[in-house]
Amino acid sequence: MFKFVSMRLLQSIIVMLVVGLIAFGLFRFVGDPVNNMVGQDTTLEEREALTESLGLNDPFVVQYGRFVAKAVQGDFGMSYRLRQPVSDLIAERFPATLELSLVSAFLALLLGVPMGIYTALKPKSLFSRGFMTLSLMGVSLPTFLIGILLILFFGVSLRWLPTFGRGEVVELGWWSSGFFTASGLKSLIMPAITLAIFQMTLIVRLVRAEMLEVLRTDYIKFAHARGLSPRLINFSIALRNTLVPVITIIGLQVGSIIAFAIITESVFQWPGMGLLFIQAVSEVDIPVMAAYLLLIAFVFVVINLIVDILYFVVDPRLRVQS
Amino acid sequence: MTTALLDIRDLIVEFPSRHGDVVAAKNVNLSVAAGEILGVVGESGAGKSTIGNAVMNLLERPGRIGGGEIFLKGEKISGLSDPTMRKIRGKRIGMIFQDPLTSLNPLETVADQLIGTIRTHLDLSQEEARARAVSLLDQVGIPDPDVRVDHYPHQFSGGMRQRVVIALALCAEPEVILADEPTTALDVSIQAQILDLLKDLVRQRGVGMIIITHDMGVIAEVADRVAVMYRGEVVETGPTAKILGDPDHSYTRSLISAVPRPDIRLHRFPMVESIERAGERRELDLSTHWLGQARDFGARDGDGATGPLLAVKDLEMVFRSGGFLGSKASSLRAVDRVSFDILDGECFGIVGESGSGKSTIARLVTGIYKAVGGAISFNGTDLTKLKNRKELNKHRRQMQMIFQDPFSSVNARMKVRDIIAEPIRFHKLSGSEAETRRIVDDLLDHVGLGAKAAVKYPHEFSGGQRQRISIARALATRPRFLICDEPTSALDVSIQAQILNLLKDLQEELGLTMMFISHDLPVIRQMCDRVGVMSKGKMVEIAETEALFVAPKDDYSKHLISLMPSYTGLMERETGQAEAS
Repeated sequence: MFKFVSMRLLQSIIVMLVVGLIAFGLFRFVGDPVNNMVGQDTTLEEREALTESLGLNDPFVVQYGRFVAKAVQGDFGMSYRLRQPVSDLIAERFPATLELSLVSAFLALLLGVPMGIYTALKPKSLFSRGFMTLSLMGVSLPTFLIGILLILFFGVSLRWLPTFGRGEVVELGWWSSGFFTASGLKSLIMPAITLAIFQMTLIVRLVRAEMLEVLRTDYIKFAHARGLSPRLINFSIALRNTLVPVITIIGLQVGSIIAFAIITESVFQWPGMGLLFIQAVSEVDIPVMAAYLLLIAFVFVVINLIVDILYFVVDPRLRVQS
Repeated sequence: MTTALLDIRDLIVEFPSRHGDVVAAKNVNLSVAAGEILGVVGESGAGKSTIGNAVMNLLERPGRIGGGEIFLKGEKISGLSDPTMRKIRGKRIGMIFQDPLTSLNPLETVADQLIGTIRTHLDLSQEEARARAVSLLDQVGIPDPDVRVDHYPHQFSGGMRQRVVIALALCAEPEVILADEPTTALDVSIQAQILDLLKDLVRQRGVGMIIITHDMGVIAEVADRVAVMYRGEVVETGPTAKILGDPDHSYTRSLISAVPRPDIRLHRFPMVESIERAGERRELDLSTHWLGQARDFGARDGDGATGPLLAVKDLEMVFRSGGFLGSKASSLRAVDRVSFDILDGECFGIVGESGSGKSTIARLVTGIYKAVGGAISFNGTDLTKLKNRKELNKHRRQMQMIFQDPFSSVNARMKVRDIIAEPIRFHKLSGSEAETRRIVDDLLDHVGLGAKAAVKYPHEFSGGQRQRISIARALATRPRFLICDEPTSALDVSIQAQILNLLKDLQEELGLTMMFISHDLPVIRQMCDRVGVMSKGKMVEIAETEALFVAPKDDYSKHLISLMPSYTGLMERETGQAEAS
């Protein structure tokens, strides 16, 4: 176990260094940072001095090393656009995105897994067919359309829910949470559903396909032949075997919810990282883009690590390398 | 029969489909008494397994019982509701499946699986159930049962897993045991142990057992009575000695005559009637045909013109696993300094159990794997020293391989014509595309498929026919050396007989040299001139086939030969064909 985890950690570090290299490449190859910082009337000498003081004349490797060293300490420089430290901007936005993502991932799992099991166990029932049809719609409807429809219906027509923003937030240290106010929770509902629908439909289909596969295996047949109760077979034997491959996909999906909540965040004007990133792209705010890139890579690496450890817990075949 | 424990009367099983009902079992009558083993034998698709599933009421949808009744100790059990049936499954009728590698839940310990089953049927506490689980493992012959009980299935070998499966079937002391191909996935030595175990269980516990199998050897070994199935019908039932020695039905006769005989060598297998009719082979005049041309392969390279065609010396192969950044690598010595020669025109057999390194040798010789050490001389050239691909291809063209699994060894997305033409095109053996087509058509005729097969896709053919496609493909480069890796072990006996006959004919006509790899000793005896016996990566004995079977020298060879099914009193065949050569 220890060896396994330490191996994975080592691989994660390599991945982060490579992503760091790409993020760093942004600075060097996407425009000249000096150009972005100075005005029209700066003299050539002043530019030279600025270039020197920013360390841009140093060799590539030295600059990369400096970038990594700073990044490890959470220092990504100043945003070109907002003239604030990038780390502060992210710290301000990250809680909003994470809360939204986790709630929608939770929703997707809570509804998706049972629906997947149900449709696999009773493939011919009316409910299953209904779920499958709905899930097809869920997969094919674009996220922004679902969001806009929800806003139109619950926000504009019925006026039940706020149409934008996070509502009131409570500050817990540097973390701002919308979980503890009524308006915060109300604001969360529509974006979370919007974000969850696609993931949920995916999980339904995945769990269903995997479970159908497992139900055909010999050990399920053998379990029936031993007279075990269907409940034991379906939920203890089949479900556990189903979850082994499903965990991987779900892990990656949670990662992509965090990383690509951008569309939902734009539709609901959710003050999260996605919005920050969109604005950064349109203004070529390279420090913010680089930091975002690294942060997302970090999120994926952490999730993958968790998935690997879960694998270890669920599947004994990985535990003992005989 | 008043004493019948399980009595199946006029059973009909149907699988409704769009094109009408497919009847998988027609008016099947079977019965088994306490302490008796009934063998149900037949080829794939005969409906053997369907009967077991029908008894358990576990038919796969949309299959259903269309008629007939099943009685357990005089009590009707067909047509019972699922919850009632569940009290019979496992408790009164136990079932053993074919593949021990897939019939256990990989995520639960053996203890959990046993305890779950025991507590489903018997009113025992967790501790009592655990004690029972340990004693069951002990009874099926698993050493250190109190330790092993807490292991996961993947920590057991195939034979041990099958013992666990048997223990699971015995959890609640069932009266009847249905064993569906219980030893098909196992090596011969393990098969013998499992069959002994099953026999002992029947004798000691007085249960009735139905063994469903395609293997006449298993039937001869354990069954008291035999029922022969053919296309959903029981064509003949009777005591084992009678069925094997003097069958009445013509199907049974042809089935038994197709079984490779372990005791004497026949020139050919008697042609099997009434089964899959192979198209007639068209003989080719090889002196003029493309396939016969350029068979001289020029003069032998080097001076040793009379030396062996293939000389393998001190061949070594090691597989490593794991081992990344300082972690400990484990290595498996799959082939351990193996040396043998294959003479021009002979058929050299390699026999051994799974994991003995047989297939690895085939892959090393063809260059799929690269040897760690040793030399492979083909026609006087050391292939391991050739660096140039072009040089190597020249030799590779002369050796071709036929694989075990006819389903995965041909590309399912290519037409048969392209499958067979591929090596001709690759080695640029024909002048024009028209000539290639003509060659492919002739090849298809030659292996008994007929030229019409060229425009079809592989899925339109049965396993035996696909193996013919593989053979045609192998012949397409005009090879002189053919490597057959278990070419018939995935096939039914009657198809096996046809394929082996085809290989024999081709060898004779084309003067092929063959390396024939098999785990099946009777097949080896029928096919090979000389045999090498492999065990754990080493070649323990090389001998003339007849000498090996009559008087094996090495202890392992002796052990292997002793495990061969004996078929005492096997049907006398038309001896006119025997020893004709």
